[in-house]
Amino acid sequence: MRYERALLGLVGLAGFGAVLEVAPRIGLVPARYAPPSSRIVAALADEAGQARFWTAVLETLRSWATGLAIAVAAGVALGVLIGSVPVLREATASTIEFLRPIPSVALIPLVVVLYNPVRSTLVLVVYAAFWQVLVQVLHGVADVDPVARDTAHAYRFGRWTRVRYLVWPTALPYAVTGVRLAASVALILAVTGELIIGAPGLGQEIAVAQASDSVPQMYALVVTTGLIGLAANLVTRAGERLVLAWHPAVRREVLT
Amino acid sequence: MTSALRRAAALLTVPVLLVALWWYSSANSTDFYRPPLSRILVAFRETWFGARLADDVLPSLTRLLLGYAAALLLGVAVGVAVGTSYRLRALVEPILEFLRAIPPPVLVPIIMLVAGIGDLMKVIVIVSGCVWPILLNTVEGVRNVDEILADTCRSYRVRGMARLRHLVLRSASPQIVTGARQALSIGIILMVISEMFAASSGLGFTVVQFQRGFAIPQMWSGVLLLGLLGVLLSLLFRLAERRILRWYHGIRAIEREP
Repeated sequence: MRYERALLGLVGLAGFGAVLEVAPRIGLVPARYAPPSSRIVAALADEAGQARFWTAVLETLRSWATGLAIAVAAGVALGVLIGSVPVLREATASTIEFLRPIPSVALIPLVVVLYNPVRSTLVLVVYAAFWQVLVQVLHGVADVDPVARDTAHAYRFGRWTRVRYLVWPTALPYAVTGVRLAASVALILAVTGELIIGAPGLGQEIAVAQASDSVPQMYALVVTTGLIGLAANLVTRAGERLVLAWHPAVRREVLT
Repeated sequence: MTSALRRAAALLTVPVLLVALWWYSSANSTDFYRPPLSRILVAFRETWFGARLADDVLPSLTRLLLGYAAALLLGVAVGVAVGTSYRLRALVEPILEFLRAIPPPVLVPIIMLVAGIGDLMKVIVIVSGCVWPILLNTVEGVRNVDEILADTCRSYRVRGMARLRHLVLRSASPQIVTGARQALSIGIILMVISEMFAASSGLGFTVVQFQRGFAIPQMWSGVLLLGLLGVLLSLLFRLAERRILRWYHGIRAIEREP
């Protein structure tokens, strides 16, 4: 069953690659716009031999990771604080509901005139990722089991003990989901910042390739961002399993 | 009465304080890039309540709506097909995982190659980003159809369109709505980005023009408008969700009661 699944997946990927190879060659789509997949792979191999490419990859990864780390730290800290103080939660609910849907790209012109490109991109990444984490953590803290809370009261848990042994385990699965969502949003914003504002990184390389009309290279760079996104998904999902290994949902999945 | 007052106070205190803080702290601002809020509001009225409403705001919203609707149709249709068939799912899952992982803004240069810089390009950009959360959530929703319900449908010989409508789509709808909500915020982002690249009209285009022309209060007003649009669309979405998923929230509320 497992092997069949993996085999079908490989067949699907191979078929996808074959269609992308053949369609431009037989003139189904103009080769100028959509180079055959072999040429994209060749361009990617060519890129991988250049130091410039790896610098760009590292720049993108750095602004992504920095922004995500700041957003997660701030989102978790504020989420636990606001979530566990009812007055704060009530008072900030409307503000959070209002600020959260503001599209982060709306801030692009603003950060462009206020900061340099690298800083601007970081601000965008942090802003976009922060809300994902904060909202999830708030949901999580609100989800504490009433019986467990009463038990903690009965045993006179202190403030810190309550956060550590009651709130944190309840909120953790939510927080982890928030981090997963935040990770993909952060990558989108990191690349957008590079593409539009011109911070160094893969996005900027794509803009350069576009300006110099080197189409296969552009495709190769887009594929690279896709691979980075894929790796980010896999890593966050593996991290989720690791952090939540004790959680009933994950344990059930392993059993069956 | 007092509880309503209390709720209103809880709802309004912090926002009013924040706006007041912004107003007074910026009132005497001489910083070119951080104009007083009063000037931004004047610019807001002068800029957006006029010809620009029809010239910039409406085209943007139309493109967003078109792209979003197309993504909904496409995502649900493909999602139902992929979710129903085990083989198809195994076949396309790796491809979908990869395509979904590509950050949508990097597709803009590629889509520009194929579709030019007109309205079509912007709609395609919006579709290309919005479709993934809808598609993947539909797949998950269709996969997790309650087995007892599915068996009941089989014994009653509910098949074809009736099965699709009353069993599959109905039980997947909470998941589909979740996907649609994520897609909406991505759609707004892509609406703005696609206009920042190449356009002659639209909100993103105009705001960037203001920024390049150093029309700073106008630029701030544009940022404000984009923010308000985001808030308004998410409010509309929540109203729609409450209608569509009323049955679901009802069941959840009953289940939660001891």
